[in-house]
Amino acid sequence: MPRRTDIEKIFLIGSGPIVIGQACEFDYSGTQACKALKEEGFQVVLLNSNPATIMTDPDLADRTYVEPITTEVVERIFERDRPDSLLPTMGGQTALNLTVELSQKGILDKYGVQTIGASYEAIHKAEDRGAFKEAMQQIGLKVPASGSVRTREEAFQLLEPIGFPAIVRPSFTLGGAGGNIAYNREEFENFIDWALATSPVGQALVEQSLIGWKEYELEVMRDLKDNVVIVCPIENVDAMGVHTGDSITVAPAMTLSDKEYQRMRDAAVMIIREIGVDTGGSNIQFAVHPETGEMMVIEMNPRVSRSSALASKATGFPIAKIAAKLAVGYTLDEITNDITKVTKASFEPTIDYVVVKIPRFTFEKFVGSDPTLTTHMKSVGEAMALGATFKEALQKAIRSLEIDRFGLHSLHGLDGQYSSVPNDQNLVAHITSCLQTPTADRLWHLADGFRSGLSLDELYAITSIDPWFLEQIRQLVEFEHTLAAMGTIPDSHPSSRSQEAVDTHQPSQDLLDHAKKLGFADERIVQLLSRNLPHSQTREPAPPSHHQVTYKRVDTCAAEFEAQTPYLYSTYGLQCEARPTNRQKVVILGGGPNRIGQGIEFDYCCVHAAMALREEGIESIMVNCNPETVSTDYDISDRLYFEPLTKEDVYHIVETERPLGVVVQFGGQTPLKLTLPLEKEGVPILGTSPDSIDRAEDRKRFSELLNELGLRQTRNGSAQSPDEAHRIAAHVGYPIMARPSYVLGGRAMQIVYDSDSLDRYLQTTLLDTSQFPLLIDHYLEDAIEVDVDAIADRQDAVVAGIMEHVEMAGIHSGDSACSLPPHSLSQNLIDEITTQTVALAKALGVVGLMNIQFAVQHDRVYVLEVNPRASRTVPFVSKSIGVPLAKLAMKVMVGKTLRELNFTQSPSFKHMSVKEAVFPFTKLGAVDILLGPEMRSTGEVMGIDKDFGWAFAKSQAAAGLALPAQGTVLLTVKDADKKATISLAQRLVNLGFALHATRGTATFLEEQGLTVEPVNKVKEGRPHIVDFIKNREFCMVVNTVGSTSSQEDSAPIRKEALYQNIPYFTTIQGAVAGVMGIEAMLRENLTVRSLQEYQGTPRGN
Amino acid sequence: MKKALLVLEDGMVFEGQPLGYEGEAIGEVVFNTAMTGYQEILTDPSYKGQMVLMTCPQIGNYGINPEDAESHRLWADGFIVKESAPISSNWRSRQPLQEYLSQHQVVGIQAIDTRALTRHLRDFGSQQGIISHTNFDPERLVQQVRRAPSIVGRDLVSQVTCQIPYEWKEGSGNWKPTLSVHQPENKQNFDREAYRTVVVDFGVKQNILRRLIDIGYQVQVVPASTSMEEVQALDPHGIILSNGPGDPEGVPYAIETVRRLIGWRPIFGICLGHQILGLALGMKAHKLKFGHHGANHPVLDLRTRKVEITSQNHNFAVGIADKTDQESLEPRIFPTKWGRVQITHRSLNDGCCEGMIGLDTPILSVQYHPEASPGPHDSASLFYEFFKMVKTYHE
Repeated sequence: MPRRTDIEKIFLIGSGPIVIGQACEFDYSGTQACKALKEEGFQVVLLNSNPATIMTDPDLADRTYVEPITTEVVERIFERDRPDSLLPTMGGQTALNLTVELSQKGILDKYGVQTIGASYEAIHKAEDRGAFKEAMQQIGLKVPASGSVRTREEAFQLLEPIGFPAIVRPSFTLGGAGGNIAYNREEFENFIDWALATSPVGQALVEQSLIGWKEYELEVMRDLKDNVVIVCPIENVDAMGVHTGDSITVAPAMTLSDKEYQRMRDAAVMIIREIGVDTGGSNIQFAVHPETGEMMVIEMNPRVSRSSALASKATGFPIAKIAAKLAVGYTLDEITNDITKVTKASFEPTIDYVVVKIPRFTFEKFVGSDPTLTTHMKSVGEAMALGATFKEALQKAIRSLEIDRFGLHSLHGLDGQYSSVPNDQNLVAHITSCLQTPTADRLWHLADGFRSGLSLDELYAITSIDPWFLEQIRQLVEFEHTLAAMGTIPDSHPSSRSQEAVDTHQPSQDLLDHAKKLGFADERIVQLLSRNLPHSQTREPAPPSHHQVTYKRVDTCAAEFEAQTPYLYSTYGLQCEARPTNRQKVVILGGGPNRIGQGIEFDYCCVHAAMALREEGIESIMVNCNPETVSTDYDISDRLYFEPLTKEDVYHIVETERPLGVVVQFGGQTPLKLTLPLEKEGVPILGTSPDSIDRAEDRKRFSELLNELGLRQTRNGSAQSPDEAHRIAAHVGYPIMARPSYVLGGRAMQIVYDSDSLDRYLQTTLLDTSQFPLLIDHYLEDAIEVDVDAIADRQDAVVAGIMEHVEMAGIHSGDSACSLPPHSLSQNLIDEITTQTVALAKALGVVGLMNIQFAVQHDRVYVLEVNPRASRTVPFVSKSIGVPLAKLAMKVMVGKTLRELNFTQSPSFKHMSVKEAVFPFTKLGAVDILLGPEMRSTGEVMGIDKDFGWAFAKSQAAAGLALPAQGTVLLTVKDADKKATISLAQRLVNLGFALHATRGTATFLEEQGLTVEPVNKVKEGRPHIVDFIKNREFCMVVNTVGSTSSQEDSAPIRKEALYQNIPYFTTIQGAVAGVMGIEAMLRENLTVRSLQEYQGTPRGN
Repeated sequence: MKKALLVLEDGMVFEGQPLGYEGEAIGEVVFNTAMTGYQEILTDPSYKGQMVLMTCPQIGNYGINPEDAESHRLWADGFIVKESAPISSNWRSRQPLQEYLSQHQVVGIQAIDTRALTRHLRDFGSQQGIISHTNFDPERLVQQVRRAPSIVGRDLVSQVTCQIPYEWKEGSGNWKPTLSVHQPENKQNFDREAYRTVVVDFGVKQNILRRLIDIGYQVQVVPASTSMEEVQALDPHGIILSNGPGDPEGVPYAIETVRRLIGWRPIFGICLGHQILGLALGMKAHKLKFGHHGANHPVLDLRTRKVEITSQNHNFAVGIADKTDQESLEPRIFPTKWGRVQITHRSLNDGCCEGMIGLDTPILSVQYHPEASPGPHDSASLFYEFFKMVKTYHE
């Protein structure tokens, strides 16, 4: 069937901010969809509140709305743009939920908008557990026993047929959120109470737990002619009980025979038909009993998902693109396979390599969070690797994670050991206990299990991980033992510590070759070989080029047809298919797995770099290992290497491709860390020189630079030991800001108020001395923080955007809301900041992008830090000013001047943009939501409007916490904020809000003549503050705290506000901005405008 | 580490590690892109004379079990994989692959660059190869492989067909395809009557027989050399021409028998059976460069324009002698002595003829494997289609 002609204008919904469970995979799908629909001549109207996405680039859609994803906004858009159809399947759960809401509110009917891809009915059937269960039984498939309850009594009744272990989850929360496994009545009771309280409708689901069953996922595509194909079967290494997003997964499925797989495939085909997903991709999860083979259907996502992104990257089959084409009428046999260019999309990819995905976690940033992996997702990112075998792919995936592990490092000091019998019972017991609860480290504990003498059967009994996977790990451990034995010089050797002894005990070339084939990184080999050697004698492995690395192509067809698209992965084989060209080329290093502090913003920059190179006629070569990203789409760059971002792996690519240079400034800290090591190997680095990067990163050199330029810095020092830390802290004066060197996202960064607190920080937060040198700065209290993005070539430096933080300095810039242009800074200060930025750019010889953080205290400007690379705010600024900064920077790096690019002046503004951060607190359990210097947000949203008030209000709505228009506000503030609270309270009263406050705050405000109702603190007896929040009697909470003890006292307030989804402010500045937002909302109605309208014609291209 | 060599007719040498039975083996090297189903592939008589290279790198993971065999023994003459599993892990597994290969004396090789080998075969065509665990002189091995007889024109069927007729009674049991779309519209009709079928065994996969039982046939299997008279004496309601190894022109006697059976009773040809039927109808056979071996082959039903993902295993194909033949995705009709025959299916990959139906005489055939095993069940409905043909013929 050809393209539909009855529709012309398609409305597409993005997934909004990056949160746990919904990351940049939906930028990948949305971007593919936009491109595919435009290619077919449709008009695309797009809504996404996340500015860091490629899909919201103004040239990808006809109308791009960076506005809150709410029905009110959609209705405004429908009024203005009158789309005839809506494609709901590309923006994750957010888009599906919104579509359901639009349908239920009659908005789709009112504006005559039809859904394409999946109908409301299909979405409902797949998403509603009851309807889904019924549908499955209809077609003879089994689902776990389950039911929904509204009271504790009902829950216990339902438990009888279900039995333990049972999964308890709140109803109607974002996919998988809040599931818990109860093993006994006590746990069950607690979870039920919690789930009933958490669910927006006071309903909990109780379900038979299939913990320990094998878990599989199938990606299914269907077209309007009812052709169905399975893109890829994926097997979870972690058995049921760990959310698939938190599981190590592998493609293709490893331990299913054909009969078993085909039975699953039959089921998948029947399911997509029964649910009635007309076209496009769906993801279906199955569980298989390891001893009986009994199969159950777990769930179906009637949309493109994280797994679709993984399956797309794993096979080369562009699920989202094809799903978009199917939605507008094409059938699979009418769409050409992009990779082979000769075959059709109606086939099932077959792969001749193994793909392993490992999730990446960030528990260390959330003190008090529970690191147990369970049925709701906790990981913030993932890395994927391809290898000729599982072992190779696994080891590549490990080093792709960037967690300072290059292989199966022992966590118990057992490297190189391998034992078939346990010889240390205490150790065995300890490792067993580590393995009993699934955590992020389970893979490494498994390896230690083998090292300590646990058998495969024992490890299977503890973990339920399929023996085939365990055997693979065992083989690696055994090989490590062989290799390490080569590095051990017998004590009997006459000169066992001499260089000569080391040299003669070299492992054979054969053994090293074999190690490389098993996926061992050079680092790991060296570690194992030098295990018993004094540090000075650490030997280097054979030079990288000594091992014959080859690159193979991902071609969807296991080499049956010639691959026309250079999508490559490395392995140690006979034949290399890289076939580098003789063109001018540049290697762009990507950002690797998403983590807090480094995510989609950097991928956005890498994608723009590739586009810029294409415009300049230079070949772009992308290196990245994050399957969720747009940058790893095979059509973004000219050549894609899906490889770990380590020195070794990057070096091999450079050797093969011989580029003009490597770009390190777009991918965040990951490539930046590689700058010096790569330069040492003679790899040319484009843009700002490695020496300049070091000058900005190295505190000492940086201080010298500021002195030279006469710029102000807070008093600071660098400590090598705890004693020195105390000395420096006393010298610079408390409060201080303490942090380890070379960190991103403020890891282990803290404001310390006195020397006792410094002791605590050194002992608990810093963990070990390897984190020294410790950087110590005097902390500027109540200063305004300012973020500046600038771009420079060799002659000029231009300030692209000055962002004023809403929260005071000391809150990590990634976690603070900010306004562009500044909403309160004087022109003098802006001029001063501009002058300093230009001076720094020139002094550092910046070529490309640069980000500077300033603090302004009492009208004095301090330089906090300079990052000579693309910052997290580049996409936000680019969207706001209508200039693609990353593109310009890439062009500058390959020789263009800013003058040639027509970007020589800071832009002027007719509108205000506000960026707000989005946090994962609800997902990670017991975590305090107070903001601090350590970054904890996962994503961001943008609000744009003509004034700051509305822009801020939009940013809050986009972040999921719409500001209230009426009601009662709770105020409980620290003494230092009390004065500032007066005008805040007065303004709220003027707007018609009632005020409640804790006693201290209430008394203070009453003295000022305000009417305030006092409420009990938790300690003061009931009904207390938390009761009121639970009863939803407050529409907004303002809670600022100073000392640690008051932080602990007030934690339940913030936690409850979070669970009840009540807007809360933990800084007075934030609350003031909130009030400005409410004032704007009450003054005039919501209006929406597209980026295209804000920007006129894009400039700077 | 022990070593093994694979040497191709054109002199290409791959060094790897031994797998399976220690020795030497010669056969045509073909690659199969299925990601599951190695046991079915090893026991498929169609692989007689061939050494199978699995493009999927991890083979043997789920072991070997008694249910998944497609015949009573292994037929592949050699087995080539990237990495075979030393242990097997599956609730049905009874034996690890390596042991199974050794026990049945199948010589194999592993730890070679299987993708490089696949690309070589793709670019230069399928060819004879030799695996040796004992002799590491490539020169001598090349000579040895070049002396081996080619698969073209050879009668491999006689080596794999049954010696005496037998009756088959076992169905798919728990493994019946469950795709609802493939269930007959009025199921009771199929359950009540039992039609007799004769399956001419050119190297039949047992799943064909199981699927026939599932539908409700009585199944009589006869050797490939069974004459027309002997078939007629059995008085079946329908005749199945099975799959089998090698070149259809290697079995002229079967072509002749089939020619005499066309029009007498409904005939359903599968794979080699389809080719034999095609030759009997006057079509031409040709050898494909590297064949179709896999479980992901898209086939377009030219009549309904729907796509089936099919399981395939053939080196030869038949077509109407017409240069433009492969480009046409129309359901072309060509005349034969028995009336009009329509091309019903084509490969979406290369346009190869994948199925046909008699418009004036009851014949139906497909180049691919509706019995799957290994592979998707998309085409399972063909057994019902043939059943309907038989039913209509006899009513």
